[in-house]
Amino acid sequence: MRLYVDSTKCSGCRACLVACSLNLFQENNPKKAALNLIPHFPAPGVYEMKVCTQCGDCAEVCPTEAIKLNERGAFSVDFADCNLCEACVPVCPEDVMYVISELADYAWKCDLCGDCVNVCGTSALWIDN
Amino acid sequence: MNGYGGSILRVNLTTGKIAKESTPPELTRDFIGGRGFGAYFLFKEVPKGADPLGPENKLIVSSGPLSGLMIPGAGKCDWTTKSPLTGGYASASMGGLFTAELKYAGLDSIILEGTSPKPVYLFIDDNKIELRDAAPYWGKSTFAVEKEFKEKFGEDFQVAVIGLGGENGVAFAHINHDYGRQAGRGGVGAVMGTKKLKAIVIHGTKSVPVADLEGYRKAGMALFKACKDAEMLKDWITYGTTIVTSWCDEVGALPTRNFSAGSFEGGKNLYGPVMRKEIVITDKGCFGCPSPCGKYSRMKRYNTNVEGPEYETIGMLGSNVGIADIQDVAQANLLCDEWGIDTISAGGVIGWAMEAYEKGIFTKKDTDGLDLKFGNTQAVFALIEQIAKREGFGDLLAEGVKKASLKVGKGSEKYAIHVKGMEQSAYATHNATAMLLAYMTCDVGAHHNRAWAITYDIQVGREKVVPEKVARVIWLQNFRPMFDVLGGCRLQWVELGIDRDLYVPALEAITGVHRSWEDLEKIGERIWNLNRMYWVRENVGFGRSWDMPSPRFYEEPPKTGTTAGQITKLQDVNLLLDMYYEQRGWDANGLPKPETLEKLNLRTLVA
Repeated sequence: MRLYVDSTKCSGCRACLVACSLNLFQENNPKKAALNLIPHFPAPGVYEMKVCTQCGDCAEVCPTEAIKLNERGAFSVDFADCNLCEACVPVCPEDVMYVISELADYAWKCDLCGDCVNVCGTSALWIDN
Repeated sequence: MNGYGGSILRVNLTTGKIAKESTPPELTRDFIGGRGFGAYFLFKEVPKGADPLGPENKLIVSSGPLSGLMIPGAGKCDWTTKSPLTGGYASASMGGLFTAELKYAGLDSIILEGTSPKPVYLFIDDNKIELRDAAPYWGKSTFAVEKEFKEKFGEDFQVAVIGLGGENGVAFAHINHDYGRQAGRGGVGAVMGTKKLKAIVIHGTKSVPVADLEGYRKAGMALFKACKDAEMLKDWITYGTTIVTSWCDEVGALPTRNFSAGSFEGGKNLYGPVMRKEIVITDKGCFGCPSPCGKYSRMKRYNTNVEGPEYETIGMLGSNVGIADIQDVAQANLLCDEWGIDTISAGGVIGWAMEAYEKGIFTKKDTDGLDLKFGNTQAVFALIEQIAKREGFGDLLAEGVKKASLKVGKGSEKYAIHVKGMEQSAYATHNATAMLLAYMTCDVGAHHNRAWAITYDIQVGREKVVPEKVARVIWLQNFRPMFDVLGGCRLQWVELGIDRDLYVPALEAITGVHRSWEDLEKIGERIWNLNRMYWVRENVGFGRSWDMPSPRFYEEPPKTGTTAGQITKLQDVNLLLDMYYEQRGWDANGLPKPETLEKLNLRTLVA
């Protein structure tokens, strides 16, 4: 299972980002979300959304094996094992692996909770095989 | 404080002093946030008789407790000031992402005071807050400046910026944000311009605390589910506010040629489906919105893009000036956005000038050679630029339709469609008595969004003048602005029809304070009366005559369209006011009675 996005349906509202931060950190803070929204305005006037494909490249390079499969089949960061080395960040093909030490003491990524899908009014996001 | 950024930022542009204060708990108790904070600070802090374009006036920017949270439409920002357009209370609501960013920067309001000796912009990055030199940006368009700031600081920074309209003190200048969201009405941009504040650039990385995390997540998800399950969702996302264009045309509410009629022979070219097919490329939402009404459009003929046009702009810069082409309307919208003026007032004042021109009050000598016939698109484009630059004929129009018509005289006052100096927004009210009353009594002038009663008129009988109709307008005026107080959007309730009681547990879980809608409406009534007292305080002789609509709506029945031959009688206009004042607890001149102020716990504040 993985998250999918149709960027042409995204309206840039960021409800997914705040829902994501609530799941990952129990906080209201879109800067701590694991989806990557890139607005292209005023021209061409479209949103580009990048999401985790669960490719596992991050887990492969993690020296402390902090990124493990969870019960939903998603690669998820075990916060206790992360040492903020950032090895996972450059290998992520979608730029959705995050290490921002000013905001959190560990790396974060999509754990496939599905809350982003639940708040998306335009059906731009969904989970499938 | 749960649900709040926690601080009020005070910026004195004269001295350059920047100070943070804790958000007072009693303020959150009595006025909650957003528009409530704005109304309180304006009344309390701006001295009586302050020149709207002088250093004593303040511009107050506020988020609310819902702003930036996982609540549908939690993206509304309030801008309150003393209006240079009307001389009274102004409060403009702006969508987009700015209000959420305020919260993440730990702020509930920014109070802008004084006037800077030179152009500056306010830079906020969490706790780093500075006034910076804006010389490189002064004189540039809103979009150009936003783009420069985004490239300089990053896409996560949000920008609110004025155009030349604001710099030049145009009485209906707006503040632009997110390439197409505006604090549009009442001249808030002119106040920012006279303070020499070109822009606010803001970025925050703080988390907003809530009282009951699980309760909030549950209630927030229930609200999103209700929106997503709503039958109207698909059509609303497809058309946004333009869903009403055809309906307005059919019922005779589409302002046509300066409100001389309510149906437009070219209206079909402006309807929602035409716009969607011809120009819309992207649905663009405000923060946290599951039902984005923003339509981002591409005008192939002009090789340009714009957010919009919204219904109001289609009415005012389309049918009201006789333009029957959606790309032309959208281009006029873009010009207003870039130059920094409100599309509604622009369409109102240009419509007035066109009617006066066709009636011979103006000739080409007055208009610098412009042929101001209705439907002349190029003349509309030219006037928008002239207004923003205050050049030529545009300098007169830049004062707004009330002042311009009083200056010109010659009977042109009769064609000035406004209440209290604010140009009427896009509902023709020849025979729609609840909507007419809503315009007459709206707290900022002739604006629609406090009590959008036009559908109620059609539902119960448009010509009816009965106490129930008046009660409906008052209820809407007390209730709908509460969304602006909470920092959220009303359209999920209005358009998707979701149960408003779903907000009650969400608000309680966020703030830790239980408030029913009955409680919230009482606060709405308090704010409404406070704003009324502001008008009374600031205008000698304020009273009943200020609530009168344009005579067009009781003297001149339309000659064409659905409402041809229909008009509200003057005696009914007066009856509407009599009933309204009585139900509000105001005297026959429209002033709140002492016992009404007492009941609303306002006596001390307004003393």
